[in-house]
Amino acid sequence: MPDAIAKVAVKVTVNGKLHSLDVEPRMLLVEMLREQLDLTGTHVGCDTTYCGACTVLLKGAAVKSCTMFAVQADGAEVTTVEGLERDGQLHPIQKAFGDAYGLQCGYCTPGLMLSTLQLLSKNQRPDEKEIRKAIAGNTCRCTGYQNVLKAIQFAAQNVKGA
Amino acid sequence: MLAQLGDEAKLLAGGQSLIPLMKLRFANPAHLVDLNFISGASYIKDENRTLRLGPLTHHADIENSAIAAKVPILHDCAAGIADVQVRNRGTIGGSLAEADPSGDWAVVLSTLVTQVRCLGKNGERTVDLEDFIQDAYTTVLAHDELVSEVVVDIPVKGSGGAYLAFKRAAPVYPTASAAVQLTMDGSVCKDVAIALGCVGLIAIKAKDAEAALRGQPITEKTLSAAAEAARAAADPQSDMRGSAEYKRTLVSALVRRAIDIAARRARGEHLEVSHLYA
Repeated sequence: MPDAIAKVAVKVTVNGKLHSLDVEPRMLLVEMLREQLDLTGTHVGCDTTYCGACTVLLKGAAVKSCTMFAVQADGAEVTTVEGLERDGQLHPIQKAFGDAYGLQCGYCTPGLMLSTLQLLSKNQRPDEKEIRKAIAGNTCRCTGYQNVLKAIQFAAQNVKGA
Repeated sequence: MLAQLGDEAKLLAGGQSLIPLMKLRFANPAHLVDLNFISGASYIKDENRTLRLGPLTHHADIENSAIAAKVPILHDCAAGIADVQVRNRGTIGGSLAEADPSGDWAVVLSTLVTQVRCLGKNGERTVDLEDFIQDAYTTVLAHDELVSEVVVDIPVKGSGGAYLAFKRAAPVYPTASAAVQLTMDGSVCKDVAIALGCVGLIAIKAKDAEAALRGQPITEKTLSAAAEAARAAADPQSDMRGSAEYKRTLVSALVRRAIDIAARRARGEHLEVSHLYA
């Protein structure tokens, strides 16, 4: 076993709340979210930068949290699926995925919803081609994507300045 | 700092290749130096008919840049690399410095006049792209040097380009790709550069394919000759993405299509191009 690794202090704002943590430099962002902050809505699917189940927003941009180190989020703002709801109310994107049956097993859904959030923050009226491009980095093995596309179209109609 | 750490240190740019490689233990650096805390290394500037790109400029920044859109082949490339998430993190400097045989940027930039500025403790040097990449995963960078800027000449008026990459799915590397940048003089192709990706250890300049078009009108006959020459220039390996023969056929079809789009763009048509999926 290698020697114990010195931890590094990280200050990161997750879903609006500032956290001061000590993490090993090799810890991935997704591990910090899940293991240190108990935000287990962010999933690890492939762990090879393919599937997008671990997608979160970093400074508003969708990133695969299995493909960056926790220390790289120092000083940044991170949004996870737990940050979508407000005051116990589902976010319009969450509601749309339910209403349109845009999920089955649900494993990929948090990542898809965060990719949707980035899309709708820049383009409130995406066409189908733009939606497909926005979620090309999110793999779903249940739905066949048809209801996911519908969900995102529903969400676009219901999100105002999300 | 790199001089102190020695040659077991690695630089971390966007990390979209290096971190997966480290997870697989293909890369096992003793030290990792994160470049992302350097400010002012992400920019796209238009100066004296050249584009200057900061080494940490994300693919997504280039995709969304009005300045880079002046060179459509750059937009084709930036907008098609992997997926949104990877384009938000991955950088042009990191892509060139990694020199992956399947990387997109080296293919596209080798059809333009591109120079790579390299910074080390003894100062900065400027290297032509064709000298910068020496072999698969091998560049002229010394272990204590890094890419400090990518400089691209903006093609002359009457020039058009296109980059087409064929992929099985968004997050994977292409199976094959083709970049074409050509200059038209009326109906005659005055000059042309053609490069092939993923079908050799580095981007392949298809010189015979270029010769088949240079000084010629673009007709079915010259298109076929160029596509055939590209097929011959390709040197692919059979792997899980396809057999060598399949990739040769694919790359020649991509070249044919890219020439057509490039020529139409050279005539002033606005065509949107994206990577192709299986």
